Amino acid sequence: MRINWGIRMVVGLALIGCPVSSWATGDRPHEEASDRTLAVGDIISEHTSDSYWWHITTINDRHISLYLPVIVHSPDEGWIVFSSKRLAHGETYSGFRLAAEGAYKGKIVGCNAAGEEYRPWDLSITKNALAILINAVIMLTIFLTAARACKRQPKNIAPGKFVCAIEILVMNIEEEVIRKSIGDDYKRYSPYLLTAFFFILIHNIMGLIPLFPGGANTTGNIAVTLVLALCTLIAVNLFGNREYWKEIFWPDVPLWLKAPVPLMPVIELFGVISKPFALMIRLLANIFAGHTVMLALTFIIFITVKMGSGVNVGMTAFSVLMTVFMSVIELLVAYIQAYVFTLLSAVFIGLSRPAAHHAVKTKKINTEKI
Amino acid sequence: MPSLLTPDFGLLFWMLFSFLIVFGLLAKFGFPVITRMVSERQEHISRSLKEAEETGKKTLTILEETRRQQDEILKQAVADGEKIIRTAQQKATEETEKQLEAARQQIAFLREKALHEINAQVAILSMDMAEKILHRQLDDKAKEEAFILQMLDEAEQLPK
Repeated sequence: MRINWGIRMVVGLALIGCPVSSWATGDRPHEEASDRTLAVGDIISEHTSDSYWWHITTINDRHISLYLPVIVHSPDEGWIVFSSKRLAHGETYSGFRLAAEGAYKGKIVGCNAAGEEYRPWDLSITKNALAILINAVIMLTIFLTAARACKRQPKNIAPGKFVCAIEILVMNIEEEVIRKSIGDDYKRYSPYLLTAFFFILIHNIMGLIPLFPGGANTTGNIAVTLVLALCTLIAVNLFGNREYWKEIFWPDVPLWLKAPVPLMPVIELFGVISKPFALMIRLLANIFAGHTVMLALTFIIFITVKMGSGVNVGMTAFSVLMTVFMSVIELLVAYIQAYVFTLLSAVFIGLSRPAAHHAVKTKKINTEKI
Repeated sequence: MPSLLTPDFGLLFWMLFSFLIVFGLLAKFGFPVITRMVSERQEHISRSLKEAEETGKKTLTILEETRRQQDEILKQAVADGEKIIRTAQQKATEETEKQLEAARQQIAFLREKALHEINAQVAILSMDMAEKILHRQLDDKAKEEAFILQMLDEAEQLPK
């Protein structure tokens, strides 16, 4: 039964795919069709990168987009707010337009007196910014609702299903990840680490949903992962104890490695930066790659249109199968990446609080050597 | 096309803004509340389990005590019953004895009374006989004797 269902779904989806693909080539002049086919890379990068409007879908060449507010600082008028619709088709508004190419391609640029493009202060609520705000609201709703239910919960009655589910997730991360990595003093860090975990998880999952409130590639954007990694950097270094700093600036190595040339301290300091940097790049790369692979697999349908209907139908079935498979994998990745980020952050925090007995031991060894 | 690794200032701002708000709210009103509830419930459950165990133990002791009391009461009841029966028997014996005694006394009294009556009767009869004898002429000795014998017979038959 289940296999039958799968086959039916694949065939059905393939049939749905057919008219779309015929639209892609059918009535259009040849160049344009080949343009479309060639633009796959651009379309993918457009989908995975940020945008000033939220393109929801296109029906019969009509783009259905949500135009978002642009907030830029103009040297003449100060901060101005306007709809991104005013910039939609290469139009200029108050001296601002979207750069067609160059270093700022796709971004809002102004023209200075010399006629050169420059990037203004730009606080526009872009697609990703809106997604971040929506996800923040979703996250707050979920956890504040759960917390409120927790507060009202009489102790002699078992809590409801929703609260139980949230509780399982929260307690799993707190007990298995945070407490085991940090140790006794974990309570101080657990709100940050739990926030980071669920923030990433919700963003990852929302990114996998292809329809409007989801689909934005937020955790595959450097700005998002940079902020998260910076927070971990602060959490690790702000509360690091004496022993942690001693191990950086005066590590337990032969003297010539740390003086007169501070070789080891430099390496250790580099490690302070590289650990959160790795967190930032790992999350970014995983999610970005996931989105790209899924889009690429979907585009197989449109690329193979020119190869005849037989190949197209076969490749469509393959594409749908692979996309479903990748979606499931990405769901796993969504959890794993949130988990890994939290686990490593917790481990780094745990490492920034080495136990005091280690210090005593090293001192002893040093005195013996002398 | 800006590089993939160039953070956009606006997005950085909005990300920082929303992350800090989410973190602030959840660190204050979200996660600690949930984890506190869980640990409180954990405590509550272990306390309840302990209490239940203690209550179970207490119940067992009470049960034991009750059984002991039951045994005692049963024993007491049996003993009491026996005592009551014994007393009743004793009383019955005494009563019977008393009644027998009374009956005997009654019998003795009646016999005495009967004897008295017989004596009186005999005396009266003797007097009557003597009177009759005295009244009759002692002419015929044989007849006299027969008469006396007859009288005696009569006298014997009288008390019946």
